[in-house]
Amino acid sequence: MLDSALEILRLQSAGEATAVEIAGAALDAIEASQPTINAFTHVDRETALAAAAVVDAKRAAGGKLGSLAGVPVAVKDVLCTRDMPTTCSSKMLKDFRPPYDAGVVERLRAADAVIVGKTNMDEFAMGASTESSAFGVTRNPWDTTRIPGGSSGGAAACVAAGTVPLSLGTDTGGSIRQPAAMCGVTGLKPTYGRVSRYGLIAFASSLDQVGPIAWSVPDVALMLQAIAGYDHRDSTSLNIDISHYTDVLSSSDLRGLKIGILRDSMDRDGVEDSVRKATMDAAGVFESIGAEIVEIDLPHTDYWVPTYYVIAPSEASSNLSRYDGAHYGHRSTDSSNSDKLGPLVTSYCRSRAEGFGDEVKRRIMVGTYALSEGYADQYYSQALKVRRLIKGDYDAAFSQVDLLLGPVTPTPAFPLGSKIDDPIQMYLCDLFTVGANLAGVPAISLPAGVDASGLPVAIQLQAPVLEESRLLFAGAAFQTATDHHKRRPK
Amino acid sequence: MTLNNGYPTTTVIGLEVHVQLKTDTKLFCGCSTEFGAPPNTQVCPVCLGFPGALPVMNDAAIELSIRAGLAIDCSIPPMTKWDRKQYFYPDSPKGYQISQFDLPICADGFLEIPDPANPDRTRRLGIIRAHLEEDAGKSMHDEAAGRSDTRIDLNRCGTPLLEIVSQPDMRSSAEAKAYLLELKLRMTHLGISDCEMQQGSLRVDANVNLHIDVDGKKIATPIVEVKNMNSFRAVERAIEYEIDRQYDLWEETGKTIDDESKTTRGWDDGAGTTFLQREKEESADYRYFPDPDLLPIRLPIERIEAAKASLGELPGALRTRLESQYGIKPYDADVIVNQGPELIAYFEEAASVSGDGKRTSAWIQQDVMRTMKDRGIGIGDFPVAAGLLGGLLKRVAGGELDTARARDVLAHMVENGTSVDAAVSALGIESVDGGELESLCKELLAANPQVAEDFNAGKQQAVGSLIGQAKKKNPNANPQQVRETLIRMLQESAGNA
Ligand SMILES: [Zn+2]
Repeated sequence: MLDSALEILRLQSAGEATAVEIAGAALDAIEASQPTINAFTHVDRETALAAAAVVDAKRAAGGKLGSLAGVPVAVKDVLCTRDMPTTCSSKMLKDFRPPYDAGVVERLRAADAVIVGKTNMDEFAMGASTESSAFGVTRNPWDTTRIPGGSSGGAAACVAAGTVPLSLGTDTGGSIRQPAAMCGVTGLKPTYGRVSRYGLIAFASSLDQVGPIAWSVPDVALMLQAIAGYDHRDSTSLNIDISHYTDVLSSSDLRGLKIGILRDSMDRDGVEDSVRKATMDAAGVFESIGAEIVEIDLPHTDYWVPTYYVIAPSEASSNLSRYDGAHYGHRSTDSSNSDKLGPLVTSYCRSRAEGFGDEVKRRIMVGTYALSEGYADQYYSQALKVRRLIKGDYDAAFSQVDLLLGPVTPTPAFPLGSKIDDPIQMYLCDLFTVGANLAGVPAISLPAGVDASGLPVAIQLQAPVLEESRLLFAGAAFQTATDHHKRRPK
Repeated sequence: MTLNNGYPTTTVIGLEVHVQLKTDTKLFCGCSTEFGAPPNTQVCPVCLGFPGALPVMNDAAIELSIRAGLAIDCSIPPMTKWDRKQYFYPDSPKGYQISQFDLPICADGFLEIPDPANPDRTRRLGIIRAHLEEDAGKSMHDEAAGRSDTRIDLNRCGTPLLEIVSQPDMRSSAEAKAYLLELKLRMTHLGISDCEMQQGSLRVDANVNLHIDVDGKKIATPIVEVKNMNSFRAVERAIEYEIDRQYDLWEETGKTIDDESKTTRGWDDGAGTTFLQREKEESADYRYFPDPDLLPIRLPIERIEAAKASLGELPGALRTRLESQYGIKPYDADVIVNQGPELIAYFEEAASVSGDGKRTSAWIQQDVMRTMKDRGIGIGDFPVAAGLLGGLLKRVAGGELDTARARDVLAHMVENGTSVDAAVSALGIESVDGGELESLCKELLAANPQVAEDFNAGKQQAVGSLIGQAKKKNPNANPQQVRETLIRMLQESAGNA
């Protein structure tokens, strides 16, 4: 009952269920799943039920209801919420209660969604496994010995676990698409600037984007419709009318659509056969419903990960400066003085040493180094140049094809702990996803099969800037033709 | 210049001036920039750098910066952008400052000043750049009675500053002062900044060193940056102090610019000395990079042209024109121009009605400005319109009213807001006709024979004693006319004798 937003809307308008009943069921499911899955960092039953009751009252009074009326929604804990803590899954912000809602949270409330809680993530959205959370790991509902992906691991797992139909993730280098792929759900990273970043606690500002996670494309479209659009409080927000994302979902015929398949990149080391097979099978499906498949190459794919891992940490090192224990974040109680640095610097150092986890520290160090005098030309400036080349690759590709098809992740979900001590292996999880962030283009992850042990495998479609409709259109057609998105964990 | 009877020395001075732009709201949020509010009452998540908050550019600050740049002959590039300057500091809540690094909004200008060493010449002082940045907060240290509290007021966080960096073109403290005065004048004239040094809306850092000519070989002393001076007098004194200190130190230690990198010093106004603040062993690494939260700003040529057209006459040109058009002295033109555009307009209107620029300038500088000061008002609130003042002064120039009576008339007009005619009749001032004046003078001369004797003995000033008496007998008698009539009568009677 809880796995489709559209179904929940239907049940309420048909009088078969109330928002309070639906929220109650979601909250019960969350409570039951928390000990094993741990997808949430914060759940507030009373506030959620009260919000649901308001929706019911509005409906009873014949008031105009929002597009997500009574639909339980989970929000990644990197997005500011006025009535709930916002921690970024870090000890640094464990007590932070923002005095304002993020732009997307405002829009969810305006759409009468019922926000049930905040979801777990890699600390400050840095990671590909949700193992770097200060609130413990999130487990994959398909196999609880495995990671759910990251950094929006909680956001994908809570949908996969059947607790809520919709959740909001953020994607800096694949953080929506990669966990969606590993949890067998559908996740969309919109065009950079399509969704407001106001109130999104920044990791890497030029790459971060908020997006929806759900089982199927129609639900994703429904949520995108609610959150997309211009926000004057975010200077990078695009002041361009949004499309009617939900209007394009009925077709199952892709005739006239040209899809470029990124074959070269699939033949890299470390890419599992199941992933390659799922992508080729999907190409077959697209062909069978009328699309034309051509092979295409993005020449600078080898530079995606290195470029990303210079730009993202550089911006992060700056964005995270404010957490010094004096202005924001955890303050060390160790007051013993270090004679070398003086009390102020000692306090900054201790607070940051205690408040941040290893992966965050690692990236702050990398970013600080990459921006430092004498190295900025070699690393940061060079990365910006390569980023322009990567954008150029996309422009060239989209002058030939309408969409790009490829894998999301090199492998299905891996066992907990298997890569946590090997940052480079962890970074390679982003092999196929960071390109879209560097170029700012929208991309969607769609369930596309299972591997030998029954773990979900996914494909990724990428479109030109602002062509979310095209992704949703093709994605919906794919899901009409296949049943991958209907499979559920046991 | 030769110091201490030693080697010939050239002083090299470059100034960095922070001008607070006169915007209603801060650079990246809607908070008020008003001075003097209780601590931390003019702040919001954006200027406090709250997690998740984002900056949004204030276009008014861009417009003022463009005007400022044009006023100092800078070029305005077609595109400018924002950069982050990273440093940990208690006053800086984000851990970085949003500033401009490699594409400042104004570049490569100059300022022309009268040469303090030679009034007949001007000096052209180069300006390297001017960039926009957000101000930091203010730390207030409470070290009383063994405490070491620091309280932080973040009201100033995010206030727009334009940092104007000169070339090291100044050669004396007098030139530095003249540069600052001219800069301040242009900024206030165009409404770009209040330039109130006490309120911190104009802050000056001076880079100073000496080039010493030792037997034809030029030796430079290490550069010293004197920070945050809060009066022009302090800038002058600090430079003078540095000239002596650096020369003495060089004589003592022989250290040159090659031996020591730039150091930062503060200015102790009470002691009249500079003091070491920090030695930069290595230059700070601010790790500048483009701020990803703010898009680059395009400045189309039409916008620059429109700003240029709106500037009007700049102070230098204005001064020259007032001098020649109204026949006033450079000093007086300077005083009027320094008062800003509203007063200039007032002067021009009054002077054209009175037909006497010199008299109008004197009255405005004395009577009008004194009243403004006493009442704490600006020229906009001065109760007598420029045309009315001009009309009054025209009567003075034409001899209808004497200066003392005219002062009474003006005072009456200021108090009651009336016209000149109304004030004149309210004060019972009537013009005295020639016959009346003649008989008055005759009467006085008859009653004071000593005056005629003194006058004939060559003491012209003797008539002065009669003017006061004439005024007593008829308050409307014009002292100048009385004097002229008395002298004429005395000369006539002397001639007849
Ligand atoms: Zn503010």
